[in-house]
Amino acid sequence: MAAESTLETTEPKAEGGLEQTRDGRYYRPNVDILELAEELLLLADMPGVKPGEIDIRFEDGELTIHGRAAARQKPETNYLLMEYGVGDFYRTFRVSEQIDASKIHAEYSDGVLRLHLPKVEAVKPRKIEVKVN
Amino acid sequence: MVRYHIGAVPQLGRFRNEMDRLLSDFLGRSAGLAEIDETSRGFPAVNIWQQENEVFVEAEVPGLKSEDVEISVVGNALSLKGRRPDVPPEKATFHRRERGVGEFNRVLRLPVEVDSEKVQAKLTDGVLLVTLPKAEAAKPRRIKVAAQ
Repeated sequence: MAAESTLETTEPKAEGGLEQTRDGRYYRPNVDILELAEELLLLADMPGVKPGEIDIRFEDGELTIHGRAAARQKPETNYLLMEYGVGDFYRTFRVSEQIDASKIHAEYSDGVLRLHLPKVEAVKPRKIEVKVN
Repeated sequence: MVRYHIGAVPQLGRFRNEMDRLLSDFLGRSAGLAEIDETSRGFPAVNIWQQENEVFVEAEVPGLKSEDVEISVVGNALSLKGRRPDVPPEKATFHRRERGVGEFNRVLRLPVEVDSEKVQAKLTDGVLLVTLPKAEAAKPRRIKVAAQ
């Protein structure tokens, strides 16, 4: 059986807690979540989002990522084929692993967010050396 | 050998209005934008629209750099080919894996003939925009009605 998920996706909150986007619609980015020895690494696909337009919040074990993407074409554009909509990306996760919130950092390039969530010292695997007398 | 994962589960993880999809499928078909290679359906997702003199194809290709995408035009077929880089899993455990990896090759039939010499493409923040000027013969022409 697969390992217990460290990061669980929580359902988007009702209107109250959620910032309203332009047209009230937002998209759930595809993510990879990797566990490494020192950190959890979250990769999120957010094509069309500009580097300065991403908000990341971590509060009470809840991680929220929100990338704002403005429409690129006029609303009256008459699409011959439309396979995706353009709008904000939003997703929340519940993080059960102990994370050192002060050390969370992120990079963004080519439409992909790389979010590093370093584990607190206590949960990092530690190698204890046995001294030889 | 299918290396690309998203193709099998189209649009996995991406919220979408099913009605939009049905509608665009219908519109796509009616506009003659049939998929040429059915096996690659799904990636990259594209939006296609046109103006008087150009056809525009926009595709979402997060994680790709310009050297990772190969664009070619033959007649009225546009092919988007490339490879999504894999995450180097140096002793990593995946808790979630929704992002596709591997090769893709999607061939789209355009609604009109285009001038393949003048096709331009740019890639910004994971969004590819291909501008395809219409061939002279395909441009709308104003016919003057001769006054009697």
